Amino acid sequence: MALDTSLQPTKVRSAVTEHRFARWTLILASLIFLTLILLLPLAAVFVEAFRKGAGAFLEALQDEETFSAIRLTLIVAGVSVPLNLIFGVAAAWAIAKFEFKGKAFLTTLIDLPFSVSPVISGLVFVLLLGANTHLGHWLSAHDIKILFAVPGLILATMFVTFPFVARELIPLMQEQGTGDEEAALSLGASGWQTFWHVTLPNIKWGLLYGVLLCNARAMGEFGAVSVVSGHIRGQTNTMPLQVEILYNEYNFTGAFAVATLLALLALVTLILKTLLEMRYSEEIAASRRH
Amino acid sequence: MALGLTLTWLTLLILIPLSGLAWRSSELGLAKFLAIAFDPRTLSALRISFGAAFAAACINAAFGVVLAWVLVRYRFPGKRVIDAMVDLPFALPTAVAGIALATLYAPNGWIGQFLTPLGIKIAFTPLGIVIALVFVGLPFVVRTVQPVMEEIDKEVEEAAATLGATRLQTIFRVLLPGLAPPVLTGFALAFARGVGEYGSVIFIAGNLPFRSEIAPLLIVIKLEEFNYAAATAIAAVMLVLSFIMLLIINLIQSWSRGRYGYGA
Repeated sequence: MALDTSLQPTKVRSAVTEHRFARWTLILASLIFLTLILLLPLAAVFVEAFRKGAGAFLEALQDEETFSAIRLTLIVAGVSVPLNLIFGVAAAWAIAKFEFKGKAFLTTLIDLPFSVSPVISGLVFVLLLGANTHLGHWLSAHDIKILFAVPGLILATMFVTFPFVARELIPLMQEQGTGDEEAALSLGASGWQTFWHVTLPNIKWGLLYGVLLCNARAMGEFGAVSVVSGHIRGQTNTMPLQVEILYNEYNFTGAFAVATLLALLALVTLILKTLLEMRYSEEIAASRRH
Repeated sequence: MALGLTLTWLTLLILIPLSGLAWRSSELGLAKFLAIAFDPRTLSALRISFGAAFAAACINAAFGVVLAWVLVRYRFPGKRVIDAMVDLPFALPTAVAGIALATLYAPNGWIGQFLTPLGIKIAFTPLGIVIALVFVGLPFVVRTVQPVMEEIDKEVEEAAATLGATRLQTIFRVLLPGLAPPVLTGFALAFARGVGEYGSVIFIAGNLPFRSEIAPLLIVIKLEEFNYAAATAIAAVMLVLSFIMLLIINLIQSWSRGRYGYGA
């Protein structure tokens, strides 16, 4: 095992690192903790899905309601992620490149969905658009269905995933400053030209990073969509909600089969995220908190 | 234009819905609001949510520091994979985590079966809630502490050692005090997340009122009973408490920036 090969084994070494024994105890403790909390749950998803064999697994996925859940998840993410992408770039642009009053307040507002319980994120839309409100009354009079239908799911998902792109871009754009844009503008480029040819190439990796995290959350969101979905089978159940329904019906193979798809999504997200961090770490915002 | 778009979007998507919640709870009137907020079942759900989140955040603070240290300072096989895996709770949908943890820690599960003979029950007890919240909150502490640890100048430790400090003294008197702000920030973030967590908890908790029923679940239950008033009041109490948390996080951050010259 190559431990700290960078340091030559001298007497000083014991003063700036721990004893070999302490080192391995800490490593071992970390590994055990991670195994119990992270690795075993992940492994359990796959083991439970294949407990009755690959045949049962595939059969469990060949289900009309599961198909419609997958379709719905793709629709919800497909609408809410691009919209939040546009918003995120606009918000980061406004905050990083301009000076105005109330900027700190605006930044706090953008972060707000992160500190609100997902259940409350769903609840606010029920309170706003529910049948017993003026707005809900008007909507039902005009035969527009938002709550307990696909638009409601999209709204709740957008609320929850709203900060991801902006948060990734704001520190990045602040660091880059406005020099490049000012140069482009002074050379006669229009605002859009500056954005497409100067700003966007500068932020593309950070943007991709933000979109990746936004998408993972959009597809996996549970609490908020659970409140606004109404759980109409085959119609308003996204994949995570379908997992819940199957699990509560003691259809464990089915629940874990759908769960494997979501777990694979998570693994792909992690791999892409790690690759992006390895290759473009300096072009991605230093803040790695989400 | 970017600013206009941002403001419109924020107003439509965040401000109006959230102010709707505030307006609806003010509509209840103080007496009714307090009656719901101080209902024994509400109080116990809030206590369970905040208590379990606090316990989980403490566990995460301790193991998060150890984990960050191991990842920053040591080399061992598989380190890069472990580092990437720390973010799993951010990427894995909470419902998936919830059913996996419930299966593992159930009395006949992979881990539960070894604990049952010892008389330890995790699934369907408050302990299960803590386990789920440890899962959910783990990355917050590691990812706030890790970058600060990477910045530590080894010369400081060398200086301490030359001045005669033992390694333990250096760690506890020199290194850890400097890490206090990021650890506190990570703790607060994990705590805030744990208080509101729903998906990963409901499968493992057992959801017994007064014992293992969390506040977000109580909101869902009230909604299913079409008791919008109660759902609104509980949500308002949770929001106020979370807002206080957010304020504390910001205070810690500005304090640490003033004292140590860096933000956590």
